[in-house]
Amino acid sequence: MKKVNWLVVIAGAIVGIAAVLLTVLGNPKNMGFCIACFLRDIAGACKLHGATVVQYVRPEIIGLVLGSCIMALITGEWRSKGGSSPATRFVLGAFVMIGALAFLGCPLRMVIRLGGGDLNALVGLIGFTIGIFIGVQFTKRGFSLKRNYTLAVTEGSVLPALMIGLLILVIAVPSLFNSSEKGPGTMHANMFIALGIALIVGALAQRSRLCMVGGIRDGMMFGDFKLLYGFVAIFLVVLIGNLALGSFKLGFSGQPVAHSDHVWNLLGMLLVGWGSVLLGGCPLRQLILAGEGNGDSAIAVLGMIAGAAFAHNFGLAGAAATAEAAGGVGTNGRIAVILGIAVVLVISLANMPKKEAAKAE
Amino acid sequence: MVDARGLVCPMPVAMVQKEVKKNAPAELTVLVDDKCAVENISRFASNAGYEVSVEKEGTDYRLTLKK
Repeated sequence: MKKVNWLVVIAGAIVGIAAVLLTVLGNPKNMGFCIACFLRDIAGACKLHGATVVQYVRPEIIGLVLGSCIMALITGEWRSKGGSSPATRFVLGAFVMIGALAFLGCPLRMVIRLGGGDLNALVGLIGFTIGIFIGVQFTKRGFSLKRNYTLAVTEGSVLPALMIGLLILVIAVPSLFNSSEKGPGTMHANMFIALGIALIVGALAQRSRLCMVGGIRDGMMFGDFKLLYGFVAIFLVVLIGNLALGSFKLGFSGQPVAHSDHVWNLLGMLLVGWGSVLLGGCPLRQLILAGEGNGDSAIAVLGMIAGAAFAHNFGLAGAAATAEAAGGVGTNGRIAVILGIAVVLVISLANMPKKEAAKAE
Repeated sequence: MVDARGLVCPMPVAMVQKEVKKNAPAELTVLVDDKCAVENISRFASNAGYEVSVEKEGTDYRLTLKK
């Protein structure tokens, strides 16, 4: 029996508590924390897309990046690094976002949705696991986006500085930003409470290396389940929280901000899993690494914001089911997910070791 | 010697795993510059029956794995 890493379990449990708490305080149901949804809302608030129902400067994203940044500075782990295939990472980030928005959630929200009884998320988890499995096959055979380098402090400071700037502007001049008047964008906890909670979660995620992709990936690669304990802790705490609050509902239909377009839930999350393995972590982990000074992860996050803008400007995102309509992923979204899988395959193949180098090793 | 400086997880531990599987060395030196990689390689190496010692060299870490 391998030793349980309690820091990951505690971090996972606190993320779960935070997710339930943020929902009670006003965030959309089964969406206490969703990196994809919240980056999409920020993209909308900054007028990068015109979907009026999903526009709000989510302080959770700001808090996660800054919480990680502060913790890394305290522990001496903050280092300005970058230069590892940045443009490729931007593209991967964009397609990970497009896959997540087809499913309607990042891997973290997938776990939160599972804890609410949403079986569509189970379909997503199957796709996510298949995607990770494919990514692991390339990683085992030497896939690499190449080395990063120590860079000037400015490079590692880009995303934390952007987040500080965003926070100052939204407090000082909120009218600069779009803000939804109906839909999920109107549903949010108090800004300062959400920011405080996210600062704590960001700091804990930095210390524990919490990653939704990492748990399954490391289990497949090395039989190391350390990070998976965090994943399981989030699920269990959210499940208990939903049962206690009476908001647990097992099934496919009538789930909050979800649809039952199974094939595209599966393929969307397959794209997320595969792309995230190539990036070295899930969207949450990219935010945390960017907070630690990793410019490559900052580029991936900026790619995700661009991907969210494309997703809503070109009708790629999945539509949530309502009482009147089944929702699902439209033709544009289906083409984008397939294109994303093709692009990720090309990136995977193009970044394998050359035959001579592989022989020399 | 495995030089995994500048690489982020899971690449460093994947490189060590590959070396251990291929050559099963009694002793292996690994260079990394990422704390997360230090933790992952240490965990993997311990599970594979190695004793691990870590030395900090500037911004890098030198891990020595011994059977």
